[in-house]
Amino acid sequence: MAANTAVAPARRSVAARVVTTVGRSRELTLFGVMIVLSLGVTVRAPQFLSPSNLTEVTTLAAIMAIAAVGEALVIITKNVDLSVESTIGLTAFVVADILSQHTLSVPEAWAAGLGLGLVLGMANGAVITLFRLPSIVVTLGTLSIYRGLAFFVAGGREMNLAQMPAGYSNPSSQTFFGIPLFVLVAVAVVVVVALLLRLTPFGRHLYAVGSNAEAASVIGIRSRVTVFLAFSLCGLLAGLAGVLWGMEFGTIYATSASGIVLQIVAAVVVGGVMISGGSGTVVGAALGALFLGLINNALLLLLMPQELLQAIYGGVILIAVSADALLQRRERRIAAETIVR
Amino acid sequence: MTDSPSSTPAASVAAADEPVLSRPGFLQRFSGMARWEVLLLVVLGLLVLEGTRLSKYFISGSNFSNLITAVMEVAICALPETLIIITGEIDLSVESMIGLSSALLGWLWAAGVQLEVAILIVLVVGILGGLLNGLLVSRVALPSLVVTIGTLALFRGLADVILGPTAISNFPAAFTAFGFSTIPGTPVPFTLVVFVILGAVFWTVAHATWIGRQIFAVGKNKDAARYSGVRVGTLKMALFVVSGLVAAFAGVILTSRFSSATADNGTGLTLVVVTIVVLGGVDINGGKGTIPGVILAVFTLATLQNELTLAGVSSEYQAVAVGLLLIASVTVPYLARQIGPMVERVRAGRRQPADSIGPGEIVS
Repeated sequence: MAANTAVAPARRSVAARVVTTVGRSRELTLFGVMIVLSLGVTVRAPQFLSPSNLTEVTTLAAIMAIAAVGEALVIITKNVDLSVESTIGLTAFVVADILSQHTLSVPEAWAAGLGLGLVLGMANGAVITLFRLPSIVVTLGTLSIYRGLAFFVAGGREMNLAQMPAGYSNPSSQTFFGIPLFVLVAVAVVVVVALLLRLTPFGRHLYAVGSNAEAASVIGIRSRVTVFLAFSLCGLLAGLAGVLWGMEFGTIYATSASGIVLQIVAAVVVGGVMISGGSGTVVGAALGALFLGLINNALLLLLMPQELLQAIYGGVILIAVSADALLQRRERRIAAETIVR
Repeated sequence: MTDSPSSTPAASVAAADEPVLSRPGFLQRFSGMARWEVLLLVVLGLLVLEGTRLSKYFISGSNFSNLITAVMEVAICALPETLIIITGEIDLSVESMIGLSSALLGWLWAAGVQLEVAILIVLVVGILGGLLNGLLVSRVALPSLVVTIGTLALFRGLADVILGPTAISNFPAAFTAFGFSTIPGTPVPFTLVVFVILGAVFWTVAHATWIGRQIFAVGKNKDAARYSGVRVGTLKMALFVVSGLVAAFAGVILTSRFSSATADNGTGLTLVVVTIVVLGGVDINGGKGTIPGVILAVFTLATLQNELTLAGVSSEYQAVAVGLLLIASVTVPYLARQIGPMVERVRAGRRQPADSIGPGEIVS
């Protein structure tokens, strides 16, 4: 088996093989780019490597990574969820609101946040799969509906740490062996979901539905159930991201987390998950989130204007997807040439 | 029977073929297409009735011009968006192009550039932005959803870079008047005239020219269109360029109406533009839709927003209403499609036709 696979590529040089392998694996490419970026920033701004800076970068990136993992599940099924940012904002606010009333314990409030996220995700999934509607239209709608709910709950108020029970915001600054708690949570989420995709029928169905929904139906995969589950999980993870968001940012408004859906989709796409469905990994999506976080931090440390951030995110999305397309085209050509030979 | 005249079967064949060969009459074609438009007209009528109940000022020249000017930017953006969605693509970047156009106009004006020249530059930037979308979609063959999510961030980012958090508001009165004032002596806003002209152009192009036929052909079946000689890539690129140009112009109108150029002008308008298009009966999967439907949707949405304002509903909740409207306007046709076969099934006394067996179900 190993000998078989080694025969064909052996004709090309080692360097070419390394380039294609790394180019093919978005996770490796991203890892390399991040190391180069980090080195570059460290040379210009040594405080990059300070524990406090690293904690801040990775904590924020961890929240985004959790949301990106959920979004990746949906995008793998060839759908998209634009409402995640409103789910994050709404859960963050509701959890803070519950805590400020001191009726539920802190863990109960967190559970309520997760439950709320799950329900919002299920609502998306139910409308999309029951009525066979395009997810982009439905979630564009719920993007504003869920935000409207946040305005309704908030009623002009804002929540801040002073109103919360003691110990609420502590977790965001806690570390274990120097690793921030949120990072551990994010790693746990990534590992669990990655195993879910790799080892369970649900994971295989997700990719099957995304690459060819009709073929998946023919072999007996319930594609609507699979898509519904993907949206539900996305909502649940957005709920978790919302709970963490509330802990990280002391003050929460009805407009909290507005506009971050762009960054979440960017993370997923940069992480190598194809928007056309059926391919990509959640590890890639999480690394994508970390990469965007690093860029943000680099701008801050190098004293570059924060206004550049949106433009850079946009540019990064376009470059990543264009590179993907060009690489694929080249690979297809190489494959065609190999066949001719 | 055996000696039946040979002309009879031939005649009957010809008769049977006739409806297939002949082009469907105008009314036939219209009835298939127009059901949604009629429904919209009814909804619009009901909204107007409700409006007269809400306020005695609802039917007044000044309220009409308020109602109309509030949606003109999204209305003109909805026209090219309609054609793009009919080809099976989507442009989510319009709201950021509006912002970029506004920011650039403000910056150029503040830098002392003559206003006419500044507007011209802004329109050229709109074309370039559309060209970027179009090139990536048609030449690099990327999905328009991800491309325009990228440029949604990119254009907004450029707007931020150009203007930062400042607002430019010292525009000449003649310019700011264009955005909200009406033709003297009438309740017709200048911007409505622009929309009517653009609407007429898009109506003609979409439904009476070869370009329109190609657009629908691409949306129905891209490959078949390509094999029939349609230059799919060029067509899509042209549509994205038009969308960029129109969005930049919408940014100029918005700047004029608000008398203020800011980098965050237009935020959230993509939702409204897509809602108008989908409410207008355009199939988000491409291939189906009409410009008159979209124009009706513009007036329906404008009336709804106006009434919500009259009823004291804040803009946050109006966005919720728009979101609900968006979902309703895709759900209603789906349910309508389901009800037809369901009625037939009941009539035929069968539980399920063979072709609707779900995945994994056992055929007994």
